[in-house]
Amino acid sequence: MALDTSTAPSAAPSKLVKAATSETRFARRTLIIVALGFVALFLVLPLATVFIEAFRKGPAEFATALRDPETFSAIRLTLIVAAISVPLNLVFGVAAAWAIAKFEFKGKAFLTTLIDLPFSVSPVISGLVFVLLFGGHSALGPFLQKHGIQILFAVPGLVLATVFVTFPFVARELIPLMQEQGTSDEEAALSLGATGWQTFWHVTLPNIKWGLLYGVLLCNARAMGEFGAVSVVSGHIRGQTNTMPLQVEILYNEYNFVAAFAVAAVLALLALVTLVLKTALELRYSDEIAASRRH
Amino acid sequence: MEVRVQNIRKEFGRFPALDDVSLDIRSGELIALLGPSGSGKTTLLRLIAGLESPTDGTIFFGADDASKKSVQQRNIGFVFQHYALFRHMTVLDNVSFGLKVRPSSRRPPAAEIRRRATDLLELVQLSGLEKRYPAQLSGGQRQRVALARAMAVEPNVLLLDEPFGALDAQVRKELRKWLREIHDRTGHTTVFVTHDQEEALELADRVVVMSKGAIEQVGTPDDIYDHPVSPFVYGFIGQSNCINVTLSSGEIWFEDRPIGLRAANEPDGAATLYFRPHDIELIDGCGGCLAGLVTASRRVAGTRHLEIDLGRAHPPVEIELPPERASSTDHTRVAFRPTKWKLFRKEGDIAAAQPVEEPASQLARTGT
Repeated sequence: MALDTSTAPSAAPSKLVKAATSETRFARRTLIIVALGFVALFLVLPLATVFIEAFRKGPAEFATALRDPETFSAIRLTLIVAAISVPLNLVFGVAAAWAIAKFEFKGKAFLTTLIDLPFSVSPVISGLVFVLLFGGHSALGPFLQKHGIQILFAVPGLVLATVFVTFPFVARELIPLMQEQGTSDEEAALSLGATGWQTFWHVTLPNIKWGLLYGVLLCNARAMGEFGAVSVVSGHIRGQTNTMPLQVEILYNEYNFVAAFAVAAVLALLALVTLVLKTALELRYSDEIAASRRH
Repeated sequence: MEVRVQNIRKEFGRFPALDDVSLDIRSGELIALLGPSGSGKTTLLRLIAGLESPTDGTIFFGADDASKKSVQQRNIGFVFQHYALFRHMTVLDNVSFGLKVRPSSRRPPAAEIRRRATDLLELVQLSGLEKRYPAQLSGGQRQRVALARAMAVEPNVLLLDEPFGALDAQVRKELRKWLREIHDRTGHTTVFVTHDQEEALELADRVVVMSKGAIEQVGTPDDIYDHPVSPFVYGFIGQSNCINVTLSSGEIWFEDRPIGLRAANEPDGAATLYFRPHDIELIDGCGGCLAGLVTASRRVAGTRHLEIDLGRAHPPVEIELPPERASSTDHTRVAFRPTKWKLFRKEGDIAAAQPVEEPASQLARTGT
């Protein structure tokens, strides 16, 4: 027996001994099933429904629905609003993140909190703010009317509401990144004789470009999909001030399901394209992204 | 270029980081700012660079008042503690950056920029790594890229913030020797910050010892080690012992007996005696000495360190002896006397202004 025990450890181990940190097969499978099931039920299923409903009566009906002038106008308006508000938030976001991450000033904590405000406030209130500011009964109302400036129920109002709602995306993405990177790269550039602009273009921007891109993509997705705030300031003038999400609601309320889901499908498609774009970029430049985080 | 710092004061909020600091840095000199963390050494370096602006005081580069100039106008080379290399640029682009961003009137042609960057990379022994990115380099290599980048702009003064702080001990030693060689070859006026006294003493022409926002002493490494001017420098540089003594008619007393050292022309009263562990002699039979029991004994390379308990109210002192002399004294009573030492009076005492230092020849040589 004494001899047996000395050989036992080398004879059996491969099957009996398992790594201390790995879970049992059962636990692993359960976790995977729970995660996949949740994603399928709450993300994939609704998305699939949108496309199935859109094509329920065939691609011809789908195409007809999209060719409707009101729908077409909604798609155009959505793209215009996004094309104006995303660049605006790109500039504001970078400026705010720069100020918060690189400078010390009074009221910095307050500004950081303020940036989150659009996330914490209900979108309806975000829209209402602008109605109260620029509406006919507001202090500014008579002045605007006198000079024939149309803000509410027009593109400017839609842009304002969208900018307000999507403001945090770029800034939120950049602040932690810039704080982590600190100021020494910029100081190095300055000490080598670079001007402020040169430092920004050649040093800061390349350092934050991936975070910036991610923020812009998220910002764009939300800008195109925003409903609440835009709904309040839009006035729902058909063919004029309806964006895609508003158009979906109108069509749905009119029991025009195919058209409603067709527009919804296009909207969902835009979101999917955004995600695919982001993933593709991440794959293409994964080395560089990893390097910029590591160093 | 010669750099003169005059009566510089720097406050962060209400906290003074530097208080009335003046320092003359000679042209072509390699000078170390040495001090514990919070002593203001990095602040002083950043003030010279122009990365901070002083609350008060002026900094001259040669005859020019540099304190009114921006960091770009001062034309300095700054090496950051963590190198701050531009991670999206290759090694070559990093080194050329300072030349490429110049306005076109002062910018050398592209071929010239490339040649200079390549030459510098050769100087720092990184030829062949031009196309690498910082993330693909070791710590020591990054350090050398940072130095080449700083030197590319032909700076008036080269400023290094803890240049070897982030490297492991072996690489640190190599780079130290290498930096000295580079300095001797290029002759840049160089200021570096360190908290490592070995680094400062080994590398620098002169060492500036700083503490609590003020300069304690400026001198050659020999000066600083052999003739410390304050208790802080004595305690901070190298090993030292300090014991509380009393002066009585020119003789130094420890507790109730004289220790065989004389400090003529010193008024009576309490004082603190400083001496280094290796500046002692053993004495047989004690007619005026320090004596105590050996409580611990450690062999460190070529010497043996003995810890000696002088009595209940005193912290133990440490002495260093050649191992062959020390072996006989383990766990026994040992009598010794400092051969080089210095007295400092308590603060507020007028005599404190003039510390007493006695060369060994003047010692009362009783008992030997």
